Amino acid sequence: MAPPSRRDVLLGTAFVLIGDAASKAGVVRGQLPWHANAGSPPQPITQSGWLFFTADEAAAVEAIADRIIPPDPNTPGGKDAGCAVYIDRQLIGSFGTSADLYTRAPFVTGTQQQGPQSPDPPAVAYRKSLAALDRYCRAQEGKPFAELPAGRQDQLLSGLEAGSVQLEGSDGKAFFGMLLKNMQEGFFADPIYGGNKDMCGWKMIGYPGAHYDYRDWIGRHNERYPHAPVSIAGRPDWTPKQA
Amino acid sequence: MSTSAARVSLVALLAWLMLSSSARVQGATFGASDRQDFAQIERGRYLTRVADCVACHAGADGTPFAGGRPIETPFGMLRASNITPDGATGIGTWSDAQFDAAIRGGRMPDGSRVYPAMPYPYYTKMSRNDVLAIRAYLNTVPPAHHEVMSNQLPFPYKMRSLMAVWDALYFKEGEFREDASKSPEWNRGAYLVEGPGHCGACHTPKTSLGGDELKHAYQGYALQGWFAPDITDSEDVGLGRWSPTDIVEYLKGGHNKYSAASGPMGEEVVDSSSRWTEADLQAIAEYLKGLPAQREASRPLAGGDPVMTAGAAIYWDACSACHKADGSGVPYLFPDIAHAPSVASREPTTLIRVVLQGAETAATDEEPTGPQMPAFGWQLTDAQVAAVVTYIRNSWSHAAPPVSEREVRAARTSLALDR
Amino acid sequence: MTTKLPAKDVVIIGLGWTGSILAHELTEAGLDVIAIERGPWRNTATNFAPNYAQDELRYRIRHELFLQPAQTTFTFRNKMDQNALPIRSWGAFMPPNGVGGGGVHWNAETWRFLPSDFVLRTHLTQRYGAKFLPQDMSIQDWGVSYDDLEPHYDRFEYLCGTSGTAGNLNGQIQPGGNPFEGPRSRPYPTPAQQQPFSHALFGKAAAELGYKPFPQPSGNLSQAYTNPLNVRMGPCTYCGFCEWFGCGNYSKASPQTTLLPVLMRKANFEARDLCEVTRINTDSTGKRATGVTFVDASGNEYEQPADLVILSAFTIFNVQLLLLSKIGTPYDPLSNKGVVGRNFTHQTISDVESFFDKSKFNFNPFIASGAIGMCIDEFNGDNFDHGPHGFVGGGYMGQVQTGGRPIQTTPVPPGTPRWGAKWKDAVRDNYLSALKPGTGVHGSMYSYRDVYMDLDPTYRDRFNRPLARITMDFHDNEIKQNAFLTDKFAEVFHAMGAQQVHKIYRKAPYDVTEYQTTHLCGGAIMGTDPKTSAVNRYSQSWDVPNLFVMGASNFPQNAGYNPTGTLAALAFWSAQAIRSRYLKNPGPLVHA
Repeated sequence: MAPPSRRDVLLGTAFVLIGDAASKAGVVRGQLPWHANAGSPPQPITQSGWLFFTADEAAAVEAIADRIIPPDPNTPGGKDAGCAVYIDRQLIGSFGTSADLYTRAPFVTGTQQQGPQSPDPPAVAYRKSLAALDRYCRAQEGKPFAELPAGRQDQLLSGLEAGSVQLEGSDGKAFFGMLLKNMQEGFFADPIYGGNKDMCGWKMIGYPGAHYDYRDWIGRHNERYPHAPVSIAGRPDWTPKQA
Repeated sequence: MSTSAARVSLVALLAWLMLSSSARVQGATFGASDRQDFAQIERGRYLTRVADCVACHAGADGTPFAGGRPIETPFGMLRASNITPDGATGIGTWSDAQFDAAIRGGRMPDGSRVYPAMPYPYYTKMSRNDVLAIRAYLNTVPPAHHEVMSNQLPFPYKMRSLMAVWDALYFKEGEFREDASKSPEWNRGAYLVEGPGHCGACHTPKTSLGGDELKHAYQGYALQGWFAPDITDSEDVGLGRWSPTDIVEYLKGGHNKYSAASGPMGEEVVDSSSRWTEADLQAIAEYLKGLPAQREASRPLAGGDPVMTAGAAIYWDACSACHKADGSGVPYLFPDIAHAPSVASREPTTLIRVVLQGAETAATDEEPTGPQMPAFGWQLTDAQVAAVVTYIRNSWSHAAPPVSEREVRAARTSLALDR
Repeated sequence: MTTKLPAKDVVIIGLGWTGSILAHELTEAGLDVIAIERGPWRNTATNFAPNYAQDELRYRIRHELFLQPAQTTFTFRNKMDQNALPIRSWGAFMPPNGVGGGGVHWNAETWRFLPSDFVLRTHLTQRYGAKFLPQDMSIQDWGVSYDDLEPHYDRFEYLCGTSGTAGNLNGQIQPGGNPFEGPRSRPYPTPAQQQPFSHALFGKAAAELGYKPFPQPSGNLSQAYTNPLNVRMGPCTYCGFCEWFGCGNYSKASPQTTLLPVLMRKANFEARDLCEVTRINTDSTGKRATGVTFVDASGNEYEQPADLVILSAFTIFNVQLLLLSKIGTPYDPLSNKGVVGRNFTHQTISDVESFFDKSKFNFNPFIASGAIGMCIDEFNGDNFDHGPHGFVGGGYMGQVQTGGRPIQTTPVPPGTPRWGAKWKDAVRDNYLSALKPGTGVHGSMYSYRDVYMDLDPTYRDRFNRPLARITMDFHDNEIKQNAFLTDKFAEVFHAMGAQQVHKIYRKAPYDVTEYQTTHLCGGAIMGTDPKTSAVNRYSQSWDVPNLFVMGASNFPQNAGYNPTGTLAALAFWSAQAIRSRYLKNPGPLVHA
């Protein structure tokens, strides 16, 4: 049970003591381990501003977001959905630094089937590639990516995707692949990660999100599920409306 | 006194002394505890479990009964004493009479009063034979040399003489008296509950001085972030819906189809009542079912109330995957919160705490699963916790006062301090 | 400096399914057991609480519950003439880590192998002739039969509360179940799960095509259950967060939900978490294990002596530890000699995406469990005549879609751009009316001479030990098998009324970036001949009789089914042999 802790007690016969099965560090025996606040619930992104991207990088990434997932009358585009914010927060975390991956040398390019072998973690790759993209746009068009017309932006992105637009010092094709993946993650991941703002991605497709019990729906075949989605951080109806 | 009368007295005194000493050597015929009486020792071992001495007197490092565990009070710290037979630091040199006086009379051998953190106001109801059996068992425990400074209360609270006042108000010395109009089983249950089981220590409301409010006996009491619920026969807030079998299952295994023992009661089950005999548990069930309920009229909050609406939304997303949409849970796994007595308790302490921090339930040989409730404190705001707890307390069969955001905030703060 | 710990009767390496089963069985026999687990302790309410377990990004995309490659990984190449490179980020499979192992985040698909699977070489040779089998196919008979294992399959299923419909009860074929399954002695402990719309529709269409569909056997329970150890489990709520995720409400069978509560209460059981075993120690003869060496999270090294060593660390780590500990002769594919690393296999998986009229079909793909689905087994094992087709093996197939989590589940018709307005529209228009089963065709992978494991010459782990190296590619047999099965599978979706059906065949070369289940098997295979197997039919090492190697590393080749049911049955079978024979008379249980 829980470790000994300070307890208030009235002078009297009522009191509580919490015992603890003797345990050596690292050895588990006697009962399933538990203590209050064990586990690792997520920390929702609430802070505003950019923690990784510079203002210029952010402008480029937001512009890319709106081309990969353009706004339409029904659903925000990637920018307003917060995809760039999502990526920004991912890049300062373990995804950005590849902290969880095998990063030992030697780094050798292999076959496609052998998977990514770049020594650059995503944070480095983004920085390098965005800088290279910026140089390319300024050289070709005289403007940064964010200031180009949408059609031209689409052409450039298609070129990156196909490998016909080469970025100096960076693998444009691989960068585009990562961008695409990250943008779509940002659009559909739980809003606690900074994207999918107000669950707009989920609302677009009719996905209920973090709801966990469908026993009353398992037998309702071919019926539209009408309920609003819920995030790990809840939904507006969770908070009592002021009278 | 004439010489002959004095001589008779002296002879009588000598005879008495000789008989007493031979009683100590030969057996328990004169009511002494005897190291060598197997049956008495076994009975004492059982009664020590029932009285749950180990809950306080267990050694801090696990040495049985060596004492030293801190008990915090608002007036300072007490430490449970060493009750092994060690001569220097335990109770090895105490006579049986002195031991009995401590347990049932609240008196130390030097005449000072015991602090009622030791539940002598309940143990006073025990029979002398039972106390001596406990002594006989404790005498078989390995002596542990462990000095315990029992009293670390600051002045003036260290003055045990202050306890004279308290005792005068709240200590009614005296053994349990059977009620001839009730069954032997009821009487056994009453003895266990009121005496060694000392259930009222947690379950009976207290006055501001910490004595029992006897007219509300067993109607629940909040202590240290938990609410020990009403265990009278009230359907709304007590054991009214429970059959005697449900009570026995809960005390023995920690779980029944309505509820699960967690927190301090979880420990009680694991350390104490899971090892009581079936007959004793059934006696307790009979006694508890006979405790009259206090009728408290309550009307549930209307479903359209904004707090109820929000609470319903949270419940549906966050609670129903275990407790089900109708609150019925899964027997022996997820409590039936539509019917569990602690849900609609006078004070929502337990409910708030369990929602904020989660809980671990008792794992016993009968019920080894030990299911755990997850924590929601990181996920829900104070207003949301208040809403869902209010919703649960006013749904299905329940009606109880709403819970405020302020109460949740206070609970959160005190739990955070409680590390 | 190595600290030597007090000796135990048994040391168990890895506390996953087989480690937990062996720990339970051997503590029941009165032995003093310690389990050493590389990963952390995991508990339902704290680590996969039902208010944060449902996080696709964290658990499916970043695979937080799994081994992190930073701790260790393997190297991979398709062919022997290539240099193997490290798998720096998981793709094709996701190795487990932590108490409960793969049992925490599996889908709970609980199958039995076919009787013919256990005598595969004999069976196929008898039916088709030796020349029908490719020359470099190294399949073998196991040395243990379905009948040997039946009571142990039953034991595992009743431990888990597996939900299903029996197809063959003591030889009598039952309607609604799998008519091809081996005979079972009694029904499943709980009824089959309910099926959502598309899964039921697949079953209906399959039946109309003449197949015999049946509900997939599921360790996500259809109802509350109390197992023989008196441990309680709850009913699955079809949340759609199963594989990759821990279950938040005690309704997925795992060591945590079925065994550990009882195991932990035993005075003769102890576990260490966050401790990695680096070596199995042997005496100077090399024929007797003396215990293990392990390193804790602070880098302190310990020696744990024991009389009996159970190696239950997942397929690849089993093989790696045997190689690093120099137990058994390493396999050399060129000379075809040696046993450790031989016959390594995976699974042959493919998928079919289908698109339906959204005004007529609303599938709610997010309502599902991990082992949901109506399946057909007509094309598994040797359930059909392979003669005209020129391949052997097969698999079950079914609409087994386990959820609709959107990062991974946004099927769009072929030809749709991968981004932009058209992509967005297509995602929106198809999400509720498209199907993507995932591992819809679940085909066998038989074993080959040039598909194997050994130690990498270049890349090392944090203890400077060589990483395990996988050499694997698809052979024509499996590619043909898969093409055949995928075509059959697609027909059912047409019959369901799909407007468009997109077949995604499995093609060579084997790609380590595409997820294809974590059913890695072999490398320390079971057999009757010590020259071509590492363990005998009781999973006992031929070389070191007080070492037993548990798990799918035993499989001489992989069948067309998920492996957990079979590896758990083998664990119970081994435990019985250890308890009834080995403990009374330690030594080889089989004399070859």
